[in-house]
Amino acid sequence: MISVNQLLGVSLVYVAFLFAIAFFAERASIRGKGSWLRSPTVYTLSLSIYCTAWTFYGAVGYAARSGMEFVTIYLGPSLVMIGWWWVLRKLVRIGRAQRATSVADLISARYGKSNLLAIVVTVMAVIGVTPYIALQLQSVTLSLSIFSETGQPDSLSQQTAAFWVAGGLVLFTVLFGTRNLNANERHDGVVIAIAVEAVVKLVALLAVGIFVVWGIAGGIGPMMERIDNSSIGEWSMDRSRWAALTMLSAAAFLALPRMFQVMVVENEDERHLQIASWAFPLYLMLMSLFVVPIAVVGLDILPAGSNPDLFVLTVPLAEGQGGLATLSFLGGFSSATSMVIVATLALSTMVSNHVVMPVWLSTQAEGAQVSGDVRNVVILARRASILMIIFFGYIYYRLSGGGAALAAIGLISFVGVAQFLPAMLGGIFWRGATRWGALTGLLVGFAVWVFSSLLPSFGPDAVLSAAVFEQGIGGLPWLRPQALFGIEGIDPTVHAMVWSLSLNTAVFIAVSLVTFPTPLERLQGAQFVNIFDHSTQARGWDAALATSEDLMIMAQRILGPADALALFRAEAQRQGLTGHLPEPTQGFLQTLERELAGSVGSATAHAMISQLVGGTSVSVEDLMAVADESAQILEYSNRLEAKSAELSRTARQLREANQKLTALSVQKDAFLGQISHELRTPMTSIRSFSEILRDTDKLDQADKTKYASIIHGETIRLTRLLDDLLDLSVLENGQVSLNLEHGNLHAVIERALLSAGGAHTTPLRIDHVGADTDVPLCTDLDRLRQVFINLITNAQKYCTAAEPSLTVTVLQHNGGLQVVFHDNGTPIPADARALIFEKFSRINDKDGSGAGLGLAICREIMARLGGDITYESRADGNAFIVHLPGQVALAAQ
Amino acid sequence: MSDQTPNATLFLEKRSYRRRRLMDALHLLPIVGVLLWLLPVFWPSGGDHPADPTPVAMSSAVTYVFVVWMLLILAAAVLWWFIGERDRADPGS
Repeated sequence: MISVNQLLGVSLVYVAFLFAIAFFAERASIRGKGSWLRSPTVYTLSLSIYCTAWTFYGAVGYAARSGMEFVTIYLGPSLVMIGWWWVLRKLVRIGRAQRATSVADLISARYGKSNLLAIVVTVMAVIGVTPYIALQLQSVTLSLSIFSETGQPDSLSQQTAAFWVAGGLVLFTVLFGTRNLNANERHDGVVIAIAVEAVVKLVALLAVGIFVVWGIAGGIGPMMERIDNSSIGEWSMDRSRWAALTMLSAAAFLALPRMFQVMVVENEDERHLQIASWAFPLYLMLMSLFVVPIAVVGLDILPAGSNPDLFVLTVPLAEGQGGLATLSFLGGFSSATSMVIVATLALSTMVSNHVVMPVWLSTQAEGAQVSGDVRNVVILARRASILMIIFFGYIYYRLSGGGAALAAIGLISFVGVAQFLPAMLGGIFWRGATRWGALTGLLVGFAVWVFSSLLPSFGPDAVLSAAVFEQGIGGLPWLRPQALFGIEGIDPTVHAMVWSLSLNTAVFIAVSLVTFPTPLERLQGAQFVNIFDHSTQARGWDAALATSEDLMIMAQRILGPADALALFRAEAQRQGLTGHLPEPTQGFLQTLERELAGSVGSATAHAMISQLVGGTSVSVEDLMAVADESAQILEYSNRLEAKSAELSRTARQLREANQKLTALSVQKDAFLGQISHELRTPMTSIRSFSEILRDTDKLDQADKTKYASIIHGETIRLTRLLDDLLDLSVLENGQVSLNLEHGNLHAVIERALLSAGGAHTTPLRIDHVGADTDVPLCTDLDRLRQVFINLITNAQKYCTAAEPSLTVTVLQHNGGLQVVFHDNGTPIPADARALIFEKFSRINDKDGSGAGLGLAICREIMARLGGDITYESRADGNAFIVHLPGQVALAAQ
Repeated sequence: MSDQTPNATLFLEKRSYRRRRLMDALHLLPIVGVLLWLLPVFWPSGGDHPADPTPVAMSSAVTYVFVVWMLLILAAAVLWWFIGERDRADPGS
């Protein structure tokens, strides 16, 4: 049998071995030969710190108490890993892009680099993980006590043992984790050490399992029989726990600070995650494979009342397998130490970056550029936090009495850290999540967890009195810690988880909906949520005020003189400058901020740079305005709309113009046919009659006169046609000279009527030529009269009414005059109206005497006179309106 | 989904098509896992009621949970291999 002293000796050798591995790994890494340190295998194995002493000892105890329920703790993480594409991929990418150093850093960065939020998350994480650390202390102490119970005189008191174990863990963690300060918070040595420990614990558990199945039970078949015949041989399960614990373990896997450390912070290559997506579930599966057999055999061969949490040790011991028991002890020891190291490292990073450093910086009156090495402060703060965190674990262990089942303690921790999940997932998938939403959600969830899970875990009358358990706070039955809102009978873990997470999420969403994020928050939100669209940094510094020298001094204090100098020199070289001081460009400041964030967290780095640069990241609002996609999209779509409206308007105009052109062309063709006919008819009669006159000898005088008159008439008609064409051509080319005279509108109309009346004999009643026409004018009276004559003769020629009448009215309009010629004929058809003022347009021309030029000439004349002529269709006829401009009337006065 | 950019062509060559279907399978895998592992919730459990059907034997339960686990791991590994294979064959995609 092995003595405790031998065991301690083995443990010390093992620790020394681990330390040597870590040391050489870091040496290799510094020399640049450490690529193998960052292989997917090491990454997968480092994830195994999920499997702590809880897994190693507690899972068997859990199985012995509750059957298969233990496996839910591994199903959740397996599902998260297999579904890496959904959440982990994004989380890792964001963590790398933002150089997040911890869960607190990630959450604070997402919500506008809020340090308050970082502090809250840090405090919650420390409190949430405390029971977990107590669990490791308890398991190592228990396992030691097993060896001392076996009749050795040097039996250790458990309390003393726990104290020494805690002290050893502090020393171990400090030596491993805080020997130096890495710029990106990566710990090559630690990672390789926990990878080795992962192998040790897997091998140990598999060895015990194989011994149990093939050594004791005698193979798989008999083992299965034993399982079915044991006290846990029937499927007996609390259904709500099965589902809830699977979900809870998945949530905790994502939110546990130590898991974030190994999964995101220590991640070297995103492809490693893809390999771990199946390799890590394989590891978990192997770790769980022999749990039930060991539990069953333990229940079988050990005396009743043995602690099932220690079956992994006691079964080999009972069978006299001292070596196997030692290996098993080392496995358990490995599980506990690796968890404590990484968890306290992760937490101490959070404490020093988010609590100690901001406080320390604010107490330094001179600000960030005082001399003195910040690195010492950081390392000191980390060591102190490690001591504090493990001490908290020890206190919890003492308070809880060390008697509880390991799994029960672990679940309390899980519910505590799962409170980060809403803020975390909300932050990476929902741009609307705000700082206040995250903060209130976290606080509410945390309060519910403390009240319903953490405080009751100490037992009645320890922190909460038995009365509170029975009657609730202040006698309010709906405030009982394990029956909130009066709903009894829920399993306490499920109860705490459901209420804390659902209230957390509800408050988070509700407050996010009603609050408004700051510009920086919105920028960060966009970067987190759309990380795959643009992994660039959008925030900017106004570097005008920051001098490179100040930045250099500050960077030296945080990164160390050599690293800082190298960073600055590289940047100077990139900028093409000699020496080691680069221009403080925006890009450089961002790089520097990220480098600093690796050491002191993003919120602190941001604060330090802003202190030097003299202001928070400027022009965030400007950037917002520029980058505000919705505004841009809106503006763009408005522009597009306007453009398309303009295009359709142009198209409509073009269509109209085209129709008009087509109609005109048709008309011109028709007219050309007509005019040739018009020209030919008189020409033909002129030729025939002149031939008669030339060739016929016996013509009497009357016939000669008659034929000559016909020829004469036809020539006049031809001349008139040609005159009209000439007139129009002259008018259109603007070659006409106006002959301005003073006159009276009445006189012009009268003379026009006289001329028109003289030319035609058709009876036309002309009305209303009254006093209102007595207006003095100064214009080309002859041309104006020509227009009037044209309009009157048109009425005479084309009015189809039985009693044709024409009304001439003069109206004052907008300082000018309107002369309206209103007949009672058939209105011009709508499709012809657009063309009546065009050349060669003839409507309803019965005798073919018109050339279709009259109205075109009228329009040209009116344009020359500064006026216009328009057509209006009236109910009882047609109205042609001659518009005379104001100056025509005014000039005469 | 990120592999469907706005400018993506409507029809793909066979290899890209196959790759997208592999990614689809990868996305669905955890959902399949959740469904399979939630099934035990519906199994008859010991001690609920005397008239209840016989509870499932623990050995069957263990076998079921672990077989599902192994199948999921196998599927994830096979998908990783084929997607990675295509990546190696066509680094540009």
